[in-house]
Amino acid sequence: MRAQIITVYVALAALALIAPFLGLYPVFLMKLLCFAMFACAFNLLLGFTKMLSFGHAAYFGASAYVTGWLVTAQGWGTIAGILGGVAVALLLGLVIGAIAVRRQGIYFAMITLALAQLVFFVCLQADFTGGENGLQGIPRGSLLGVVGLGNDRTMYYFVLAVFVAVFVLIRRIVHSPFGQVLKAIRANEPRAVSLGYKVDRYKLMAFVLSASLSGLAGSLKALVLGFVTLSDVSQTSSGEVILMTLLGGSGTFLGPVIGANVVVTLQEYLSEVVGAWVSVIIGAIFVVCVMVFRRGFVGEIQRRFAQRSGSAAL
Amino acid sequence: MTTVFGVPLPAILGQLMLGLVNGSFYALLSLGLAVIFGLLGVVNFAHGAFYMLGAFAAYIGLASFGINYWWALLLAPLAVGLLGMVIERLFLRHLYQVEPVYGLLLTFGIALIAEGVMRSLFGASGKSYPVPPLLQGGFNLGFMVLPIYRAWVILASVTVCGVTWFLIERTRLGSRLRAATENAKLVQAFGINVPLLVMCTYGAGVALAALAGVLAAPVVQVSPLMGSSLVIVVFAVVVIGGMGSILGAIVSGLVLGLVEGLTKVIYPEASNIVVFVIMAVVLIWRPAGLFGKEQ
Repeated sequence: MRAQIITVYVALAALALIAPFLGLYPVFLMKLLCFAMFACAFNLLLGFTKMLSFGHAAYFGASAYVTGWLVTAQGWGTIAGILGGVAVALLLGLVIGAIAVRRQGIYFAMITLALAQLVFFVCLQADFTGGENGLQGIPRGSLLGVVGLGNDRTMYYFVLAVFVAVFVLIRRIVHSPFGQVLKAIRANEPRAVSLGYKVDRYKLMAFVLSASLSGLAGSLKALVLGFVTLSDVSQTSSGEVILMTLLGGSGTFLGPVIGANVVVTLQEYLSEVVGAWVSVIIGAIFVVCVMVFRRGFVGEIQRRFAQRSGSAAL
Repeated sequence: MTTVFGVPLPAILGQLMLGLVNGSFYALLSLGLAVIFGLLGVVNFAHGAFYMLGAFAAYIGLASFGINYWWALLLAPLAVGLLGMVIERLFLRHLYQVEPVYGLLLTFGIALIAEGVMRSLFGASGKSYPVPPLLQGGFNLGFMVLPIYRAWVILASVTVCGVTWFLIERTRLGSRLRAATENAKLVQAFGINVPLLVMCTYGAGVALAALAGVLAAPVVQVSPLMGSSLVIVVFAVVVIGGMGSILGAIVSGLVLGLVEGLTKVIYPEASNIVVFVIMAVVLIWRPAGLFGKEQ
């Protein structure tokens, strides 16, 4: 079983490495990677801690705006701009998380949603975000002044490297003692409390980690596409990242990656063909997922395998 | 001229009036949300979409079938309520066994579908719905002009909220509803058809949202996305009031509408976010909400 998992990862890594040479549009590939990163970061909360945040676009979008503003208006370097964006996402996550972890389940979802809407309105009205117009013409700059990122392929490999680092980091977090405590909280919160764990502190930590990594994804997306719009901080984006995670399989490592690829590809191609009906299709996928497909793609595959040969962890 | 915070008094009263009108919509919507949550344990994300469908039902009724405002007040909630019952029967009913967040996600998907369909059919731009002839014009109160339609919205929604509260807290049907909220299995064992009760409750909650939509049609632009950000404000209102509380939902809806109106006078930039800020403060100070009980 372990050998099979390694084969899957090696095959995916090889595919990712040669993808720009397969005639696929590099900017589209980078967009896929950014949303896959966003979904993986989100999954750290939903999948491994069972906290449904309905406002993750706040961190993704706020970080995208801050990075875009720092690089464009303040003349910061690319790396500094990304770090600045992530720092803001981290702070937002800390403040919103501290309020939201006071309640559980459905309340947690509503509170994160409402506070994310607050962030949305701030982005709508603040000066540095460009309001309804958003930010445009964000330069990609270069890596520490050495490697220029203007070239799409160079940028692609940079984004891929960051994505792989985030993916490995999330695996590492989940398999760490900290991750085990998160799993314990997921399985039975009162018991975790009774064992003496400061549950709220662990949940807040997971929330901040997830928010920061979502912010990183947002920053990269701003640099890749060169623009940030209000839709990056909107509740629609918050909903989409939930769908990506759910569709691919929450609580699995590869699930969010696959879910993000499916959803972004669908949106990209369907919006040309069917126009506004694309949100109907996304909504219908949501309904199907919730009604009959709660494990998601990877979750279902894992279950099939697990029935045959013990446990697996894709 | 009398001024408060450097703003002329009539302007303040005008904004408070608008705030109270918004508060009436919040109250109707959060009431429906609270009733649904109480019995079904589902946070109905599609509530904003049903509000939008109510307004569109009135618009379509007038534009295509010549159905006037007064009939729309009756027929739109009925039609949308029936749609809600179908959704409960086909989808929501199968989710009561799994975690409550799935209900939220399902209704989110339904909201996306409803908004997408309406946008494809009617476009994203707003449609205007005329104020019915009987309610046009305004009273001159001496210090300000009170538009009759706005007064009617406040009166109608406070009445409907009051009647709903009475139905739930003071009648036999309401006592069954409250009993089923406490212990559905036991109530079922007493021979009450709980699944039917649940289906009708969802339909009624949704009908309240549609009623709010019809009331709102003449004062806002009827558009496919009119409910999508409203529903989040209403969520915040419900969290502030305390989730299960009927009275909490009504009172906090009206009060927060007023607070929003007041903020528009004092510090207009914050009027969109004031409800969320209040929610954050309430959560820090009283996590269960103002009228809620700590579990």
